[in-house]
Formats: sequence, C-alpha cells, structure tokens
Amino acid sequence: MTDTPGFGPPAVVLRDVTKSFGEREVLSGVNLTVAEGEFVALLGASGSGKTTLLRLLLGLEEVTNGEVLVPVARTPVFQEPRLVASKKVWRNVVIGLPKERATREAAVDSLAVVGLDHHADAWPGTLSGGEAQRVALARALVRQPKLLLLDEPFAALDALTRLKMQALVAELVATYRPGVLLVTHDVEEALLLADRVFVLKEGRISLDVAVGLRRPRVVGGPAFDDLRNRLLAELGVVEPNRWQPLVEIEEPTANGAAAPN
Amino acid sequence: MAEQFTRPFGSLGSAEQQAAFGTSDGELSDGSGLISPEPVHKPTRSRQRSLGLRVVGPLAVLGVWWLLTATGVIKPFTLASPPTVWRTFWDLLLHQNLLSDIGVSLVRATVGLAIGAGTGLILGVTVGLFALGEELLDSTLQMFRTIPFPALLFLFIAWFGIGETPKVLLIALATMFPMYLNASNGVRNVDRKVVEAARSFGLKGRSLIRQVVIPLSMPSILNGLRFSVGVSIIALVFAESIASNSGIGYLLNNASAVQNIPVIVVCIILYAILGILADLFVRTLERRLMPWRRQVAVR
Repeated sequence: MTDTPGFGPPAVVLRDVTKSFGEREVLSGVNLTVAEGEFVALLGASGSGKTTLLRLLLGLEEVTNGEVLVPVARTPVFQEPRLVASKKVWRNVVIGLPKERATREAAVDSLAVVGLDHHADAWPGTLSGGEAQRVALARALVRQPKLLLLDEPFAALDALTRLKMQALVAELVATYRPGVLLVTHDVEEALLLADRVFVLKEGRISLDVAVGLRRPRVVGGPAFDDLRNRLLAELGVVEPNRWQPLVEIEEPTANGAAAPN
Repeated sequence: MAEQFTRPFGSLGSAEQQAAFGTSDGELSDGSGLISPEPVHKPTRSRQRSLGLRVVGPLAVLGVWWLLTATGVIKPFTLASPPTVWRTFWDLLLHQNLLSDIGVSLVRATVGLAIGAGTGLILGVTVGLFALGEELLDSTLQMFRTIPFPALLFLFIAWFGIGETPKVLLIALATMFPMYLNASNGVRNVDRKVVEAARSFGLKGRSLIRQVVIPLSMPSILNGLRFSVGVSIIALVFAESIASNSGIGYLLNNASAVQNIPVIVVCIILYAILGILADLFVRTLERRLMPWRRQVAVR
C-alpha cells in the first residue's frame, strides 16, 4: 500500500477482510488503510458491521479471511468508559501497562491533558459520565498510541459534554498525531472531525470520500451540507434539501392546470 | 391547607390523597399548594447513638426473658433465668475450663472455614471463568451440595477416626458450598465489557483475574463468606456432638443428655456471640476490601 499524501506510514491495513459468524457474513472483502496522523471516520447504520470491524482491529475477534495489520501501540476508547470500579482513577489510567511505566506520575500527566489531574485519587463510581469518559481518553493517551480506535465514544454523553469532548479529541489528535479510526453513525460528527469518511454498507465499503473542509470546522455551510447529504443518501436517509425554497412554485403545465404533486 | 385547590382526584385532604401527592407531614406546604421537598439524606446519627440503637433489640429480649422468669410465668425447668445463667457461666469459666472449650471450638471453626471457604473460592472462580471448569465441576458440586452434612458425620468418623480431622473436614465441607455458589455467580456477573476493555489494555491471565475479576466479584464473594461463616458455626455443633471430649458442642451435648438447662442456655448464648463476632469480622473485611463501594452506596 502506498502512503497517503500528507500523512505518515500506515497505521492500519486491512486487505480483503472477511468475517463471518456461522453462516452470516458480516464483513465481505473490506480494504482499508489509515495512515499515522490521519483521522478516518467509519460511518454505517447499525448492523452494517462497523463494530465487528473495530473488534477485529482490537483483536477481540478473529478474521475469517484476509489480513489485518495494526501497530502494537493501539488503544480503544469505547462507547462507555469501562473503568474498573475497584481501582482509583489513576490506576485505571495505567491499567495493564508494564510496572515501570505504570507510575502515578504518568497517570497524572495524562489526566492533566484531559483536565482531570485533580481527580487522580477518586473512585470511578464518583465521577460524572463526561468525567469518566475523559478518564477513558486519558487511559488511551498514556499508551502513546500510533492508532486510536474510537467506538462511538461520544454517543452516551449529553449534548453539551459531547461538543466539548469532540473539541478535546480534535485538539489531542492534532497534537499527538496518531492514526484515528472513529466508528460512528453521526454524520455531522464524522464531518467535524475526520480527514476521510468511509461508509460501510452490508459489510462492504460503499463510499470513500476525502473531507476537504478547512479546520476548525463548524456544522453547516454549503460544502458541509453537500457532503452531509451525500453521506446521508449513501446511508439510506433521504433528507429534503436545505437550500430549496420552502414553498414549491407551481409551474403551469401545457393544459393550464396545476401539476399533480 | 390544600382544600382551596382543585385537583383531579375530587375531594381533597384525606391521608391517602396526601400520600398520592407526596405531601407527608414532614413537608411544609404554604398557601400556594406548593411544597418544599423533604431532603432524602437525613443527618446521620453519631457512632455512639447508632451503636446504642443496635443494642436495643438484644436488651429487649434480655428484659422480657428476665421478666418472664422472675415472675414465674416461665418455670426454671423450662428456661433458666438470666441470673442463674450468669452464675452457671462463671462456674463453667472458673471451675470447668470453659475458656479452653471455647478456644478449641474457635480453632476448629476457623481452620475448617479457611479450608472450606478457600476451596469454595478457588472452585467458584474456576467455574465462573472457564466453561471447561463449569462443565467438569459444576454438576458434581451441585450433586454433593444437597447432601445434609450431618449425614456425613458417621462416615467421616469411620474414615478419619475420632480426632480433629473429621470435625475440621465436616466444617470445611459445609462451608465450601455457600462460598462456591456465591463466588462462581459473582465471577460470572462481572461486567464483561470491563473485562474486555482490561484485555485490550494488556491485562491477561493471572493479573486480569487478580486486578479485575476478583475485585469486581468481591461483593458476591464476601456474601458467600458471610453465609460460610454462619454455616461453620452450625457445622461446629454437629462436629462436636459425637466422639468429642472438648468444645462448646461437647459441652452442649453433655448438658442436653442430663437436661442441664442453664448450661444449655450458656452454650446457646456463646453461639450467638460467635455469630455476632463473625458478622463483625465480615463487615470489617467489607470495609477493607471494597473501599470503592463506600462512597457510592445508596445509603
């Protein structure tokens, strides 16, 4: 595979990946590359196989056919924080790291990045949803990942926290430059964050578009809406065009009567 | 108060309707029909008062007992009075080496419990974690679980003689099952998503079990321990009832044979005290082993 221009070497390579559960083929011949420093969003309706794809990359499932290449330093952020309730926040951050790296100092440094260093000694059960998710983000960052796998990490958050978290993730990715694969069904979120968007449909990648919008991005605008509508249409959602007039002006037909709607 | 307002329930003011609207006596209502909600968290009692409330129940039992025996409603040959029991206790303590009996019983219960609960914990975690473990062990354990352990006492004596071994083993067997059931259930109920996350952050094998699986199943494990401790005291009575020459059970058995009511009552009270101490022990363990639960408990 060739390197994507403007980004580093590949952080994920999938070649002709097929995954079946029994008779059911969930992924059929998926090809995908994410470069280091590249932010890729994977869109798909539920049941399209996007979570399966992510689990393959995490090594939680085995491929049926094909090849999956990932860096050793890869780390997920799940939809829920998934903190271990019996470990204090800082121990959750460095969970599973080798002893010499699992220091309080490393944990606090990483917590400081997400603005939670003052909660290092709290129990996970005392955190709010947004705080817990930021701890999950710190837990990912402390591993200095070459690949960050985000599985709808904002879906369980309230709307305000989600906006803040999206901004935080965008900033962190710009600073640390890992390859990012964001799995989501939120088209606007994908367009706000990603350099490239894939649409997964019935186990295949049906669309691959580069998002050329300038950063920092905001929701809306002709280019944004155009892309958004294209992606929604690909996902099977037909929305009325925003730029159409609210009232259709009826044009007279040849026989003078209004055209039937 | 609320009479001047129309509510969809028709006539107002009855106790049921107040309850239906959540207005209790503790909540103040002004003329507008609005109330200020009563805070759920009431101020906590001091340690001393809490402790004082805890001894109210036992003291009441003692008082009723005293009253009924002192007034002659209960005859001495039915139930000895508190002063008689107290004198018997001192007599046993000073002249019949009660302390050594208590010591012997405690050692038997503790050793039996350690073996039984330890085995139950290992089996439970194995069965909870591995399908193979469940397939191999569970049916066998479920089969033995329903055997009433007193039925095994004679067999154990026939197999292991009349020394300490059959007694300790009986207690071990009896205490194994509650721990096994609770531990396996606890491990099975550990949030699979958290385990999956821990795996993807590099934990596996023993460190995964030690750092994640065991701590998260600790509530169930300690519940199992609580049952096991209770069962150990019951098993102790049986184990010491036959082929024994020391221990509280031996004392109780001898007293029962000659219908020595005061000694029987002393033994019963000793068991009760053992029960309270055992519960205190488990509570202390809970505080020590699950500090993360204290701050998020409902109460």
